[in-house]
Amino acid sequence: MKKFSVKSIVAIGIGAALFFVLGRFVSIPSPVPNTNISVQYGLLAFLAVVYGPVAGALIGFIGHTLIDFSFGWGIWWSWVIASAVFGLLMGLSAKVLKMDEAQIGKKGLIKFNLSQVVCHLASWMVVAPVLDVYMMGEPWDKLIAQGLMAGIANAVTTAIVGSLLCVAYAATKTKAGSLSKED
Amino acid sequence: MTNLFNYIDRPSPIHRLSGASKLVCLLLWSVAAMTSFYTPLLVVLTVLALILFRMAKLRVKDVSFTLSIMLVYIALNNILIFLFSPAHGVELYGSRTVLIPLPGRYSITAEQLFYHLNVILKNACTIPPVILFVCTTNPSEFAASLNRIGVSYRISYSVALALRYIPDIQREYHDISLAQQARGVEMSKKANLIHRLKAASTILIPLVLSSMERIETISNAMELRGFGKGKKRTWYASRPFTPADYGSMIFCGLLLIASLALTAINGGRFFNPFR
Amino acid sequence: MEKETLISFRDFGFQYTAQAEPTLYNINLDIHRGEKVLIAGPSGCGKSTIAHCINGLIPASYPGKITGSLTVKGEDAIKQGLFGLSKTIGTVLQDSDGQFIGLTVAEDIAFALENDCVARDEMHDIVEKTADLVDIRRVLGHAPHEISGGQKQRVSLAGVMVNQVDVLLFDEPLANLDPATGKQAIELIDEIQKRTGCAVVIIEHRLEDVLHRHVDRVVVMGDGRILYDGDPDTMLCSSLLQRSGIREPLYVTALKYAGVSPTPDMHPASLDQITLTQAQKDQVQSWFSLQPSPAPDEDAPVILKATGIDFTYEGGHHALKGIDVSIRKGEMLSIVGTNGAGKSTFSKVICGFELPQSGSLTLNGEDLTAFSIKERADKIGYVMQNPNQMISKTMIFDEVALGLRNRGVSEEEIRPRVEETLKICGLYPFRNWPVSALSYGQKKRVTIASILVLHPEIIILDEPTAGQDFRHYTDIMEFLRALNRQGVTIVLITHDMHLMLEYTPRAVVFHDGRVICDASAAQVLNSPEIVTQAHLKETSLYHLALQCGIASPEEFTRRFIARDQEVRK
Ligand SMILES: Nc1ncnc2c1ncn2[C@@H]1O[C@H](COP(=O)(O)OP(=O)(O)OP(=O)(O)O)[C@@H](O)[C@H]1O
Ligand SMILES: Nc1ncnc2c1ncn2[C@@H]1O[C@H](COP(=O)(O)OP(=O)(O)OP(=O)(O)O)[C@@H](O)[C@H]1O
Ligand SMILES: [Mg+2]
Ligand SMILES: [Mg+2]
Repeated sequence: MKKFSVKSIVAIGIGAALFFVLGRFVSIPSPVPNTNISVQYGLLAFLAVVYGPVAGALIGFIGHTLIDFSFGWGIWWSWVIASAVFGLLMGLSAKVLKMDEAQIGKKGLIKFNLSQVVCHLASWMVVAPVLDVYMMGEPWDKLIAQGLMAGIANAVTTAIVGSLLCVAYAATKTKAGSLSKED
Repeated sequence: MTNLFNYIDRPSPIHRLSGASKLVCLLLWSVAAMTSFYTPLLVVLTVLALILFRMAKLRVKDVSFTLSIMLVYIALNNILIFLFSPAHGVELYGSRTVLIPLPGRYSITAEQLFYHLNVILKNACTIPPVILFVCTTNPSEFAASLNRIGVSYRISYSVALALRYIPDIQREYHDISLAQQARGVEMSKKANLIHRLKAASTILIPLVLSSMERIETISNAMELRGFGKGKKRTWYASRPFTPADYGSMIFCGLLLIASLALTAINGGRFFNPFR
Repeated sequence: MEKETLISFRDFGFQYTAQAEPTLYNINLDIHRGEKVLIAGPSGCGKSTIAHCINGLIPASYPGKITGSLTVKGEDAIKQGLFGLSKTIGTVLQDSDGQFIGLTVAEDIAFALENDCVARDEMHDIVEKTADLVDIRRVLGHAPHEISGGQKQRVSLAGVMVNQVDVLLFDEPLANLDPATGKQAIELIDEIQKRTGCAVVIIEHRLEDVLHRHVDRVVVMGDGRILYDGDPDTMLCSSLLQRSGIREPLYVTALKYAGVSPTPDMHPASLDQITLTQAQKDQVQSWFSLQPSPAPDEDAPVILKATGIDFTYEGGHHALKGIDVSIRKGEMLSIVGTNGAGKSTFSKVICGFELPQSGSLTLNGEDLTAFSIKERADKIGYVMQNPNQMISKTMIFDEVALGLRNRGVSEEEIRPRVEETLKICGLYPFRNWPVSALSYGQKKRVTIASILVLHPEIIILDEPTAGQDFRHYTDIMEFLRALNRQGVTIVLITHDMHLMLEYTPRAVVFHDGRVICDASAAQVLNSPEIVTQAHLKETSLYHLALQCGIASPEEFTRRFIARDQEVRK
């Protein structure tokens, strides 16, 4: 496996910590158990775009595992893995679609949101239920309902939070040689 | 917030096990419980889990919070399953013994109840080990343990970093939200979704951006102190294995084998008393 | 004999990729084994940049254009790379929080050893030995937020000392340390150097505090160039420091005012070794008697009153234990005290950031309990200690304008107000920069500007001058005084004893969550038990006065300040 730069290690650690704090203390519980209106997926999408698929996957994986740890409802492997897959897919699509987070424009945002919707559906409507059916032997229709809830909710939050983050981040990026004192 | 994962430091055989072996056991146990629907085995595992709790000298009040969440969760989950597919048990076990006839699909069948029993047992034997692991393992040992069981030390260290900075980021989130309010940003506490999201992101943006600067500082500090130069690294918090460690790992290994074997013998994952 | 040269810059220059002009211009600098070098210079002049070059962060993590050469232990620095250099150079960064990587003190000290694959048991006793060296054995098991600012500093020092380095590099080790702790830090660094014989490079604005122990050479920088490189005595005798906007030691200024022009052979670099002839002492004496003593100011109605404030953090830390303070309208007072005494917590309570478990707060006689954070903020402005927690916009202008925009002020009114404030805080040239490209001191000023621009009734500033050079120190403080003259009440939380004496007639001393003294600044420093208990420190003026046999040192200080004011105008 290719060697990580120290920076991406730290990015994974801090990213997971952010993911945790948002997921654990900021998210708004929704009627369906184990699915939250969770802000953290907006963050995850953004970080995956900036730091790449591997980082994205690990941030989702570690962050979600820690959340489950601290809630103590057991590790919900199916959902943890789904989060990781979402991070991975987001990172990949950023590469494929050549999103340039440094100066994301209208086009960039459209790309970002299209891919995030697709990735969410893939993670919550396909990955999570399939795993649940195998591991917990739960009925399909319930899982699909859950997945749909989660997928839509997360896509909405990502559309708002994720896009805002992308725009703000792009604004901090300075073009080479652009800084000079004026009076 | 200092002790988010409520690690409870008590002298007990479970505490004395090294984190790495506990992690291995947790994984083996989880797989064993996840793959099997063989009811007797699930019962055995549940009982075992309770015994381990006593061994770890954990009291109910130590874990009352997580326990209550767990119970609520299990209840909700079962209600949902029943609402969405009240006849799932019938499909699984291929027979239909109505106990209480109710309108529509919602008649209560022995099969369905037995299926619910299985679901509950499954939660009851997958969840406690996690609580046990969290309560008896010093967070400092997490990363060392991961590395010990073969996860690359770089990734293991990012787990350590996450644990290290969660309290800081929590505190920062708090302070930023206050600072923003002080400068006139409205934070309505109403559960109105869009409103909440807007408010959240006014905090989120400074939080994330300052965290990204922090990423710079930390990776600088780490590189300055030689992180990532070698293929391996040692851990201050790691602990050497004892016979007890090997013993427990072997035991959990056997559990997994048993569960797989039973599934094979039983010719199917579901233990069916109705045949 | 000539000592081994460890670090050597030759016609060295550096330009950050993002910058249009270089940040460093033809630097020529040598650092030898066993030497202690102090680098001083105005904020933003490139001190940290030099540090980054020495430890290899430039070019490793800050890309840019390098000209000339830099050799460490005779080898080209860039070739050695970060890891190569980390064997020779141990760096203590500007913020000790970012530096604290481990979950506990012990793990953080061990970090470098872990990376060198040192065996576990060996590691444990190296850590314990080093911990003893910097005297933090007791807190080895503590988490970062369970130890004080001073202890954090010691931890980061221990962390770089575990692998014997030849050079210890400190970037503003004293910022945010209370005076006594700062003094200890300097003494500690000195002992460490004596014991290990390594070279020490200290970047610091608090010149006088560093000179508390012997320094071999001082390097003065300005706008990316080296203006002076030589022994401290000679430097203090020149007018270089005033010209480049750095505060010279107070006693030196005092001597100059008294007409005693210091010469290198007097050893002005250290008040303990300085030699004054009787004639010179008399000169100071007579100057003292000539100075008119400033008139004390009269009382005014109470604007803010805190009674029996008691506060405990969720963690269970009892941070405030029955605080009673009343602040008069138009007053300018300072809150001083030990690291971790509860100063910042108290200001958070005033602003409604934290709700006290008991006690009452009134503003102009009105009870504040019912007021929301925002409502309080319209009257009380709070500049937090950590700038990164306040900065929410990416561009400097927007950051300063944020408060006005949220209050619905029209854009055409906002622009002039913001620009005017930016000028005061010396940020006007940077107004269109992203905050991310500023140095720490510059960021701190951005947050001050963002509160000043709102013209609140009371302004609370948490360590406003931390990491500031003398010129910006003067600009900010003079502006605050001007505001104060217009009736704005100003509360300063500070560790700078001279700031307290110079600008705030009254001082409230915190210690362990209690107010242990509430008196005139001079009286506070004049009561030894308060000084020791609250980790304060007499200024060097006090000692100079004693040396010259002046009966009332605090009166001497007061008159010095009066004179200093006129001169600086
Ligand atoms: N990463 C960076 N990218 C672009 N410009 C930078 C960067 N870091 C610093 N600068 C610029 O270089 C100049 C010198 O910065 P530096 O941090 O060396 O100043 P300093 O002397 O350490 O100031 P202070 O005393 O406030 O720490 C500043 O004008 C700053 O704007
Ligand atoms: N959010 C928090 N949670 C728990 N404890 C805290 C928190 N913030 C501060 N403390 C503790 O409260 C005490 C007072 O902290 P505070 O920041 O008020 O000290 P201070 O006087 O401002 O110190 P300094 O001069 O170093 O800024 C310290 O011991 C600190 O560890
Ligand atoms: Mg600096
Ligand atoms: Mg403070």
